Amino acid sequence: MSEPVLRVENLTIDIPMAQGTLHAVRGIDFELKRGETLCIVGESGSGKSLTSLAIMGLLSKKMRCNAARLDFSGIDLRKQSPRAMRALRGDRMAMIFQEPMTSLNPAYTIGDQLMEALQLHRPVGRAEARARAIELLGKVGITAAESRLSQYPHQLSGGLRQRVMIAMALMCEPELIIADEPTTALDVTIQAQILRLLADLQREMNMAMILVTHDLGVVARIADKVVVMYAGEVVEKGSAREIFETPRHPYTRGLLRCIPVPGKTRPGEHLGSIPGIVPSLIGHMDGCAFRSRCDVAEVACASDVPVRRTGEDHMYRCIHEVQPGAPS
Amino acid sequence: MLMFTLKRLGLAILVTFTVSLLSFSLLFMAGDPASAIAGENATATDIEAIRALYGFDRPFLVQYADWLFGALSGDFGQSYYFKMPVSTLIAERLSTTMLLGVCGISFALLTAIPLGVAAAMRPNSLIDRTALFLSVMGQAMPSFWFGLVLIVVFSIQLGWLPPSGSSTWRHFIMPTVVLGYYAMPAIMRLTRAGMLEVLNADYIRTARAKGASETRVMFKHALRNAVVPVVSLAAVQMGFMLGGSIVVESIFALHGAGYLAWESIGRNDLPTVQALILIFSLFYIVFTFLSDLVNAWLDPRIRVG
Repeated sequence: MSEPVLRVENLTIDIPMAQGTLHAVRGIDFELKRGETLCIVGESGSGKSLTSLAIMGLLSKKMRCNAARLDFSGIDLRKQSPRAMRALRGDRMAMIFQEPMTSLNPAYTIGDQLMEALQLHRPVGRAEARARAIELLGKVGITAAESRLSQYPHQLSGGLRQRVMIAMALMCEPELIIADEPTTALDVTIQAQILRLLADLQREMNMAMILVTHDLGVVARIADKVVVMYAGEVVEKGSAREIFETPRHPYTRGLLRCIPVPGKTRPGEHLGSIPGIVPSLIGHMDGCAFRSRCDVAEVACASDVPVRRTGEDHMYRCIHEVQPGAPS
Repeated sequence: MLMFTLKRLGLAILVTFTVSLLSFSLLFMAGDPASAIAGENATATDIEAIRALYGFDRPFLVQYADWLFGALSGDFGQSYYFKMPVSTLIAERLSTTMLLGVCGISFALLTAIPLGVAAAMRPNSLIDRTALFLSVMGQAMPSFWFGLVLIVVFSIQLGWLPPSGSSTWRHFIMPTVVLGYYAMPAIMRLTRAGMLEVLNADYIRTARAKGASETRVMFKHALRNAVVPVVSLAAVQMGFMLGGSIVVESIFALHGAGYLAWESIGRNDLPTVQALILIFSLFYIVFTFLSDLVNAWLDPRIRVG
């Protein structure tokens, strides 16, 4: 139980481009145990999706991925052959994507696609795979599961398709499930249902879960640990409680100001926003990447930024030990 | 799926009747058929006699109905030139043409699809460039010239293959290559473009995330979605090969239906021309119908239509 399912140290992802190398992910670390939910938060382009693809071994061949450590259940993922990675993918680690509308193959039935996920990894016959597919469709809350098997993706709504995607990811009972913005493309009412479903299944099957999102409201509900990424770096990480109660990094604090709080935020009141855009990640970068948008930036931010720790796991990257005006 | 099939079948039958009406009208659009049969030196009474003999003096619709019922039972009348039933004449030639067409389209599909898939898997690689080169060659080379080059090399210099005739399977090798190579570039380019588009789709990433092998991703998940327009194109080209392989048939002296059509037009042999036009159109209609069915089987979203 105490042995982490996933341990990532100093992961970097570089993308060679015509104008120079784009350092999309610049040295991130985290670890995750069975039964835990880790949320990776950040805005578009912060490298959170690439990080999850790197763990799955699904990065495009043009990207270069390096890590001091990339261990999954004691297996060094850096040293696995493509064939060995294939055997792990879908079996012991599975992934759910952002776009349920286009993530299922339009040419095959739901049943075919669910059964394929099991039959790629287990020597089971059609009848057995079918039974498992029906079982899982029931588990993700799809009624009349048996008749759904012969339906095609275009006959289902977005919410149903995402449930099918979840069922497909769980066919082989993975130890690790990565959900990359699984609710972004769905209606708000459906979002809550899908999140609850994911959280319940994660607990029930005792999986480790990585949830990639830019929605802190989502994080508050289900995260055990939070990693806040900015411009390819971890700017702050810690337990969900620490991040929400004593956020240290100005970026995290800015993100938190963007969510309305029931009872506290009055109608018509301005929500927080973070001015500016993410800096270009091409070429070498010194100092804090956030300084161009930070309201407490100083000259010293352009040189090395210390990594600070408070408590056991809470870590952040800022020249300020305590934020001006923050509760310490 | 049954409704879809019936709908398409109904459409195909309607088109067939329209085409039959058009091809029958040709007889009258091409001038006075009676004087054509009678020849240049015929007198006015001769022409009138012929007109009565062949029934050209009857109302147009009566003649059409007469011809149509004959055609439905396989009787297309007598050839003016060969003085024998058109149906017997065509049946002989059609088997050669059909064999050549099937071989040609098979050759085109079997080279174009694997090449297109391979090119899409590694864009701008050596194999992609080679495939592009081959397809540009195929597109640019006229069939008659390519056919003659093959004859010079394989029949005259090497002596491996017979230059003309249709008596053995070896006679069909060079015509197949010439005909197939002409159809190959378009199919190859369409396969490549379709595959490139499909390979960026989210469901391909899903298939990889499931742990499917590259071969499985390519052929099970990608090709089936990419090949839908290719099927439609191949159907049209198949129709073209059966009706328009005149050039290839004349070079290799394969006396097929295309060659017969060309000869018959020259001889004003209208019943033969009419029958051939109807049959060639039927090929197009049948292949389009079949390709619709294949596409509906490949892509369930089409079945709704």
